[in-house]
Amino acid sequence: MTATQERPAEQVEREIGKDRRRKEDQRLITGRTRWTDNITLPGMLHLAMVRSPFAHATITSIETEAAKASRNVVTVLTGEDLADTQGVLINAWPITTDQVAPTHLPVAIGRVAFAGEVVAVVVARTAAEARDAAELVDVNYDELPAALDLKEACAADSNNGVLAHPDLGTNKSAFWKFDSAEAGTGGDVDAAIEKARGDGIVIEREYRQQRLIPAFMEPRSTVVDPTGEQITMWSATQIPHILRFALAATTGVPESKIRVIAPDVGGAFGGKLQTTPEEWIVFAVARRLGKPVKFTETRSESLMTGHHGRDQWQKLTLSAEKDGTVTGLKVELTTDLGSHVALLGGGVPVLGAFMYNAIYKFPAYQFNCQTVLTNKTWTDAYRGAGRPEATYAIERIMDELAVEVGVDPFAIREQNWITHEEFPFTSVCGLEYDSGNYEAATAKAKEVFGYDELRAEQKQRRESNDLVQLGIGISTFTEMCGLAPSRVLGSLNYGAGGWEHASVRMLATGKVEILTGASAHGQGHETAFSQIVADRLGVPFEDVEVLHGDTQIAHKGLDTYGSRSLVVGGEALVLAVDKVIERAKPLAAHLLEASVDDLEFAEGRFSVRGTDQGLGIAEVALAAFAAHNYPEGTEPGIDAEATYDPINFNYPHGTHLCAMEVDTETGAVKMRKYVCCDDIGNIINPLIVAGQVHGGLVQGIAQALWEEAVYDDAGTLVSGSFVDYLLPTAADTISFEVEHTTSPSLTNTLGTKGVGEAGTIASTPAVVNAVVDAIRHLGINDIQMPCTPERVWKAIHAKDGGGDKPTEGAAMPHFDASEPGTDSTEGAGQ
Amino acid sequence: MTKIELTVDGASVSDDVEPRMLLVQYLREKLGKTGTVIGCDTSNCGACTVHLNGRSVKSCNVLAVQCDGAEVTTVEGLSQDGTLHQVQESFRECHGLQCGFCTPGMIMQSIDLLNENPNPTEEEVRLGLEGNLCRCTGYHNIVKSVLHAAGASTGSTTESQEVSA
Amino acid sequence: MIPTQFDYVAPTSIQDALAALAEHGDDAKIIAGGQSLLPVLRMRLNAPEMVIHLGKIDSLRAARDDGDAIVIGAMTTHHDVLHDPLVNEHAALIAKAVEHLADAQIRHRGTFGGALAHADPAGDLGAPTLALGAEFVIAGSGGTRTVTAEDYFVDLFETAIGEDEILTEIRVPKHTGWGVHYEKFVRVVHQWPIVAVAAAVKSNGSTISEAKIGLTNMGNTPVRARGTEAGLAGAELTEDGVRAACDRAAEGTNPPSDLNGDADYRRHLATVITRRAVLKAAHV
Repeated sequence: MTATQERPAEQVEREIGKDRRRKEDQRLITGRTRWTDNITLPGMLHLAMVRSPFAHATITSIETEAAKASRNVVTVLTGEDLADTQGVLINAWPITTDQVAPTHLPVAIGRVAFAGEVVAVVVARTAAEARDAAELVDVNYDELPAALDLKEACAADSNNGVLAHPDLGTNKSAFWKFDSAEAGTGGDVDAAIEKARGDGIVIEREYRQQRLIPAFMEPRSTVVDPTGEQITMWSATQIPHILRFALAATTGVPESKIRVIAPDVGGAFGGKLQTTPEEWIVFAVARRLGKPVKFTETRSESLMTGHHGRDQWQKLTLSAEKDGTVTGLKVELTTDLGSHVALLGGGVPVLGAFMYNAIYKFPAYQFNCQTVLTNKTWTDAYRGAGRPEATYAIERIMDELAVEVGVDPFAIREQNWITHEEFPFTSVCGLEYDSGNYEAATAKAKEVFGYDELRAEQKQRRESNDLVQLGIGISTFTEMCGLAPSRVLGSLNYGAGGWEHASVRMLATGKVEILTGASAHGQGHETAFSQIVADRLGVPFEDVEVLHGDTQIAHKGLDTYGSRSLVVGGEALVLAVDKVIERAKPLAAHLLEASVDDLEFAEGRFSVRGTDQGLGIAEVALAAFAAHNYPEGTEPGIDAEATYDPINFNYPHGTHLCAMEVDTETGAVKMRKYVCCDDIGNIINPLIVAGQVHGGLVQGIAQALWEEAVYDDAGTLVSGSFVDYLLPTAADTISFEVEHTTSPSLTNTLGTKGVGEAGTIASTPAVVNAVVDAIRHLGINDIQMPCTPERVWKAIHAKDGGGDKPTEGAAMPHFDASEPGTDSTEGAGQ
Repeated sequence: MTKIELTVDGASVSDDVEPRMLLVQYLREKLGKTGTVIGCDTSNCGACTVHLNGRSVKSCNVLAVQCDGAEVTTVEGLSQDGTLHQVQESFRECHGLQCGFCTPGMIMQSIDLLNENPNPTEEEVRLGLEGNLCRCTGYHNIVKSVLHAAGASTGSTTESQEVSA
Repeated sequence: MIPTQFDYVAPTSIQDALAALAEHGDDAKIIAGGQSLLPVLRMRLNAPEMVIHLGKIDSLRAARDDGDAIVIGAMTTHHDVLHDPLVNEHAALIAKAVEHLADAQIRHRGTFGGALAHADPAGDLGAPTLALGAEFVIAGSGGTRTVTAEDYFVDLFETAIGEDEILTEIRVPKHTGWGVHYEKFVRVVHQWPIVAVAAAVKSNGSTISEAKIGLTNMGNTPVRARGTEAGLAGAELTEDGVRAACDRAAEGTNPPSDLNGDADYRRHLATVITRRAVLKAAHV
């Protein structure tokens, strides 16, 4: 690790920076896990969903008698039956005040707007019996034309094209714009482009961010028990606090009567950052029947109805001087919301709005985004949420600029990036990047990668017309995370704040209980937070217990997403711990019969300066508990809590290098090497950080090479199982070389930056840049993602000598369930 | 209903089950062995992997009735008297898990892989795990964990025992 | 994920299995290893009333030497086929195909006969058994009959096995000493092959005397690349020597178009993959 700033000398770190093995693992490796689907309660009933096979249709009739008569079925409920109790699903971030959003009922009434939408719910004593009965529910539909193509949907209105929701008269939901000239943070981009057309360079490109599926390994599951004083919901969610709030806000049940628990959650990646129809249905049915109810989705249901990610067309116009100095960037996005505006739906592209300019000193910048409704599954956050899209676009187009100017792609970046000396730097969007060192990260990455050697090999392969060509892809990314300063969220019309909360309880026996509002689902918070507390409070790592994920225990929080848990949650924790020390000081002084000003606190001990007298923090905690002897006018207690609202976003950065081999005979691509040097500020646990980077890398690489949610002309998801939605295995991926430089954050005490999404944000353009770089000499400047062998091969062998024509993939799945176009409820729900 | 008798994690069990009940459902619902999980419905993910008569199988792809007379070991049956199996230890040591959902299946398949090939190369490990999906780790540390377990069991030091960031 | 309800029987002899089949007709399904059937049942693509499990019939397992052929019992698991000394010595092409079939867990449980009875055109066993001229021994109430590979693969998921019959063993003529290779083209390792080629080559080290080529997923059934086979007779064992013959690999094929590639691309792939398979088979 290359430290570019020294840590404060007085902070003794025994735990922070250490490769502590995780506390979470003992249970997880022995199968003593607590997934929501494990939960069994007395008298618990099971649900099966009857789902629309059609993307858009009116429901003409629902016949439930046969299903109701099926073995051990309790009841079958339609949307009409649940109309009064099911509530509604809300969008918590209307990005404009005039945003158009169709009402989203958990169970559809009258019309379905996406394939997979729930039209009826079967309640039975076992899941198998519920499923059997679901097959007997007879639903008749009148199929309607479905709005499927994003560009066509954008252009449609009541007279032309197909509307996803006919009564809305449009598919356009909201138009959001940022202009640096208007904002006063930069120049006029249109003028810059105009000028460049005359005496500079203008590069115009259109890129496709394909639709992805978060595909966490644990299918979603919800259990609701209405039999207690409070209604308890367990759900495989990453947002238990937000879920509780939303349930209260939309169902009329008082917030204090709702308890939400996220037990062990098996991965989320933004895909469980949602308020879902299934959760609302389980809640409504449990309340109605007065009995515990469970619903666990199948993988097919998950891929089809769990919210999808990305799905944008990106038009970019970049202007530069003839020498490659950038002068302006204009971004025009058309983004697919799916059938309804999800919890953070329209906001995801906006989260990327300030990142297209990235690490470069653009003097003028404009971002335009039109969000569009279609009859597909709704979209929302997926790892990176808006920032991978931004980084992809800018890192791809910077390579294009390099080619245009005729320089190495690193040279064009170095020419335009913010130099180390220029930090803190206010970007053309008005964001202040606190710290960074692109030069150091790049130098390190290049060295470990063997950049010069690989360029030499590339040259040799080109000259000898090797059937296997080599490409090198670069991605010098930054991102904005640590969501988020609440005032900024307010100014963006986001429905909640961005603070985080921590409570520290000093138990009488010397143990420490931490309550955090963060909600881990694999990130190792229990371990990392224990390390922080151990160092700060001077208590043994093993003595710290971290509680989370239960609104009745860790009562206050805004949950986990946007790489915020360490930088925001960790900061709240630090503040709370510091308050504990402050509260303990007078009690310690009193007990030591010394003046508060003579006390020092170090490594868990209060000592009287100049003497060997002292008290450990655990002794002070016990004294507080006993309360036999404490200063008058104070409370007998040293517990403390803190709510921290970040003052800025957080700006990790990194340089990623990818070497890809392209088999020009088949179009197959193979990753040869991947090196990254990420600067995420100070590192609490290097092991956990490396894991986050590895996992993020593979998801970003998978977008580049394998994943795509594909719909056929009828609006059915044809990549609806893991047979067709391709996730890589260990056999498809390589080992990575992960390095770090350290530019501590200036905006939080620990100097940390977020890392959870960084790998995903950076890697996709690194991979695609490499594939394009391998075959650019054949006249190709783009391959649409995912870079399938067919697309690569067709680009190489296209009759017009190459180019960026996207290819159509015919949409037949390998494992075809039913004849398309048949009106049948068979297979309508799995 | 069909009667089955088998041994699961060393204990004899006897039940009447519907023929359509999958082994993974039998383990989870009848025996309460929730350590084994269901991750997909097309037998791709491998999260349900257990050992059946000493060999790794996907328990979603076996009927409980087909296990009459068989011996099944799940992740919950690995640890003897509180001592973890070497592979379990290695997964913790090398940070081969994050959310833990794929982990039981990954561990069971890793053990089978090492039973058949005690000293695999990295490539052999990666191929040997082709039936198990993970979404959190990117596989890098899972591979390290298996190589670490191989090294620890055969007593040789491998480069993977250094855990670097 | 949850199959429909069915009854279950586990006969201990082929006769009893046939009797159960006769009793239930097309309401019954045979289950061998279950690796092909259970995914179908879980998706409710099939709802049999009776499932007949062959796992207790020991006579259907293992391979044996039968003079000019080896005989592989239908219930032999892929894992056992892969490690069988007879298979590796006399029909190594099959071992090559099984090596990369699905994954380890599925190979431990899935059976040779089960996969062949399922007859997925993207399944790995069709091409090598077709290429080696295997014969399929099918038992029915009237006795057993033998069907050639050409006649065995009828259509997509359809074989010559009658409703009341059971595939009991597969006879593979010995190809001892032939060079063999199974080349699979996929985007991710766990995928069904987009195109795969099974190649068995007899050569003297510099010239091919005979080649047998089976193609996977180039039609509704496995396909013999007869044009290529003819062209390879006498061909020089070099890239250029085999190129022309391998360029004929797609002749007579009818490949599907799907998410992984359209028919034209697959036809092109077949030529490249065939060339690579042939050269690797001959250790070039």
